[in-house]
Amino acid sequence: MSKPVVATAHFTGCFGCHMSILDIDERILDLVELVEFNKSPINDIKNFTKPVDIGIIEGGISNDENAEILMEFRKHCKILVAIGACALTGGVPSMRNLVPLKECLEEAYLNGPTVKSENTGIIPNDPDIPVLLDKVYPCHEVVKIDYFLPGCPPTADTIWNALVALLKGEPLNLDYELIKYD
Amino acid sequence: MSMNVVTFTIDGVEVKSAPDKTILQAADDVGIYIPRLCYLKDLPPGGHCRVCTVKVNGRPVNACTYPVAEGIVVENNTEELHSLRRNIIEMLFVEGNHFCPSCEVAGKCELQALAYRLALLTPQMPYLYAQKELDATHPDVYLDRNRCVLCGRCVRASIYLDKKNVFGFENRGISMRISVNSNDGLKDTNLTKDDKSMSVCPTGCLVVKRQGFTIPVGKRPYDKKPIGSEIETKTVNS
Repeated sequence: MSKPVVATAHFTGCFGCHMSILDIDERILDLVELVEFNKSPINDIKNFTKPVDIGIIEGGISNDENAEILMEFRKHCKILVAIGACALTGGVPSMRNLVPLKECLEEAYLNGPTVKSENTGIIPNDPDIPVLLDKVYPCHEVVKIDYFLPGCPPTADTIWNALVALLKGEPLNLDYELIKYD
Repeated sequence: MSMNVVTFTIDGVEVKSAPDKTILQAADDVGIYIPRLCYLKDLPPGGHCRVCTVKVNGRPVNACTYPVAEGIVVENNTEELHSLRRNIIEMLFVEGNHFCPSCEVAGKCELQALAYRLALLTPQMPYLYAQKELDATHPDVYLDRNRCVLCGRCVRASIYLDKKNVFGFENRGISMRISVNSNDGLKDTNLTKDDKSMSVCPTGCLVVKRQGFTIPVGKRPYDKKPIGSEIETKTVNS
């Protein structure tokens, strides 16, 4: 029987949740035995090559590219797991939601105290750069998410326990100490 | 039957209490935790938050304001009530601007601790991202309304414990907010950082300056033990 297929993605966040995945220490050897990785920043596979059993999502949705790839993940993955504060709530990047996007960009590129005079007057709008959304959205506001793992980042134990439970088809029960928002 | 003792049940457990107590006080006395947010021992109950809602003979009531009575049947630890409590906590999260990862009271925040205890993995209602005002005019303390849950503990503590009347509520409904009793912010009040009202905030709304992030992760009050364990581990003397 072929191994279950796992894919991961990183959107607007700090990559800390992927670091936490790698923080499972020597259990990473078990993981390699248990699953096969498809599209993921860990192996640098850029495109889905087969249907995926479990998709793991880190980060909030702040631009059109994030949204597009998240929808692609939903299409290819049987189960979608959002991990970490940014994917679940928008997290620290969503602090910009309290300020209109135009003001954010003007502060960063036109009026901010660290803007050098020769760079003034340019808000980047190259077609190759993803277009920022009005707000940073939690993943579940864009597509249906099946499971949520909180934490900033979720600990390696949280991710490991959840992954093993999902692979075995067992209910996902997190111990008290593993439910954290920070 | 003695006139000085009433007997009733909470989730089928017989509880005896003095007749002048509320359900929440009587439960605390025998080591039964009823989740609560705006209630604080030593302050008159506010009855604002409804987190302590229990069922008395099948009807939902506030445990913090409802007096005990002979023979009442109280339900507390049921999935139905926990689900309602979870909804309240979730609404408080999405109505405020609570950025836990960067907040200095994470780990000792009662809102967060209730979410952990009730196993709320994440709020799923849409966030409001409402504009809230910060008052950092005072040299020693600040008021960050982004983190306010309108429990009114500071209002009551200032009146009843500090005898000062620094805080109040203004407006109604979704526009309701904590007001400061002065024309020019906290600096123009007689509030000091040692006031009782400064130590009662369940979240990081009312905070003493320059004291954040002093307790390491892992040693903060709710890192290992759920909120309410301090009540549940109390010796039962009924």
